[in-house]
Amino acid sequence: MSTPKIALKNVTKHFGPKKVLNGIDLEVAKGESLVVIGGSGTGKSVMLKSILGLLTPDSGSIQVDGQETTRLRSREREKLLHKFGMLFQGAALFDSLKVWENVAFGLIQGAHMPRAQAKEIAVAKLGAVGLTPDVAELSPSELSGGMQKRVGLARAIADEPEIIFFDEPTTGLDPIMADVINELIVQCVKDLGATAVTITHDMASARKIADRIAMIYQGRIIWTGHARDIDDSGNAYVDQFVHGRADGPIKMQIKAL
Amino acid sequence: MGFLAATGRAFLIFLEATGRLALFTGSALSHCVRPPLYPRQILRQMIDIGYYSLPVVGLTALFTGMVLALQSYSGFSRFQAEGAIATVVVLSITRELGPVLAGLMVAGRIGAAMAAEIGTMRVTEQIDALSTLSTNPHKYLVAPRLIAGLTMVPLLVIVADIIGVFGGFLVGVYRLDFNAASYINRTWEFLQPVDVISGLVKAAIFGFLIALMGCYHGYHSKGGAQGVGAATTNAVVSASIMILVWNYLITGLFFSTK
Repeated sequence: MSTPKIALKNVTKHFGPKKVLNGIDLEVAKGESLVVIGGSGTGKSVMLKSILGLLTPDSGSIQVDGQETTRLRSREREKLLHKFGMLFQGAALFDSLKVWENVAFGLIQGAHMPRAQAKEIAVAKLGAVGLTPDVAELSPSELSGGMQKRVGLARAIADEPEIIFFDEPTTGLDPIMADVINELIVQCVKDLGATAVTITHDMASARKIADRIAMIYQGRIIWTGHARDIDDSGNAYVDQFVHGRADGPIKMQIKAL
Repeated sequence: MGFLAATGRAFLIFLEATGRLALFTGSALSHCVRPPLYPRQILRQMIDIGYYSLPVVGLTALFTGMVLALQSYSGFSRFQAEGAIATVVVLSITRELGPVLAGLMVAGRIGAAMAAEIGTMRVTEQIDALSTLSTNPHKYLVAPRLIAGLTMVPLLVIVADIIGVFGGFLVGVYRLDFNAASYINRTWEFLQPVDVISGLVKAAIFGFLIALMGCYHGYHSKGGAQGVGAATTNAVVSASIMILVWNYLITGLFFSTK
């Protein structure tokens, strides 16, 4: 078996008394699209941020292309992050920069490309996500939520990363725009031949994007399987989540601890 | 026992905050001298701090110089020392009031803006986004602000010195009927280079502290709008207090006779 693109072994992370990651084991093969589903506060975002090194896990191992990444120094980390692109939940566009400068940011600052050349690529990438060149000169605050997501996507793919993370890509969008973004994601991942990890609680999105689905609950992966098997997983937790039922083994924690 | 535990806890929190600030400062400083630097960012901050603070700093200095002349006149005339007014104005402005008042005004204007901008970037994940684009946030956000603060506030204070002395001159000549030439003479007569230089050293340190506090509190803000608001307040308050404390320490270094 070939080395998985990303491999997490027994990763734990706690904030104060709260254990957010409780021994995550997960492997993502090269070129596959994995969707991690799970409720709010189950550790999905923390898992992504741990892989990126924005958070340092308490214990366990995270490997990217077989390379251990949990103890990297900042310069090596920067190099590693060239392999990654990420679409943030709120798009996280830099509001002091124009749209094209956002898209070209990784090219100019990270890859030290001349600005004129980077702008050409940025406009091309904006075209790939369905935005016209005149949008390039606008500032992010002038865009609608759906357009911001598109720009965020263009920025994530601008540097042609090997791995792309999507943090709740459809949250806050209307169902039609959500589907448009889903299709763009599928298209972009396919065009780049990239490995994709998406975290979401939107089942429509998960079905559309995923080759494989993993379910996270209380900081652990409790089920993984092929996307087409999601409806007969034989797992009561997964069933409850997929069908969005209030009754079942998952008890929503209404009161804060 | 409860009292001891509470004291210990407060002390530990204090140590933790001090350590965190020291690490933050060290890392930011090291990024100020290690390439790549971001000239565009540095220039943007320099314009923001240096150019756009000119009106508020100028007005502050003008009225401070004016009121200084007025106050010392009403005080000094009680023992016939009106002749010392020009000297008092120029020494007070260059040594103390220029740097301190300019520092406090810039802390309110710039420190708050830095904390709010960086804090908003933190809570909207823009700082995380910087990292994923292989850009070190300390290098891209913090270092340019520190460099700009360190270099621009002294320039502002030179302007404040000139305008402040001019304010005193205006009141002295047009309100208190001094002879213009002798007022100017008196201004130069006892002024030494060290008076101005000590003020500029203060200004550089204040500028650094303002930018440091703005960045530090913004960078560590959490929890949405309220967190950013708290960061802004903390940035201004801590910068102002540090300015006053360091002002005393630097004055002691320059002018202590013992």
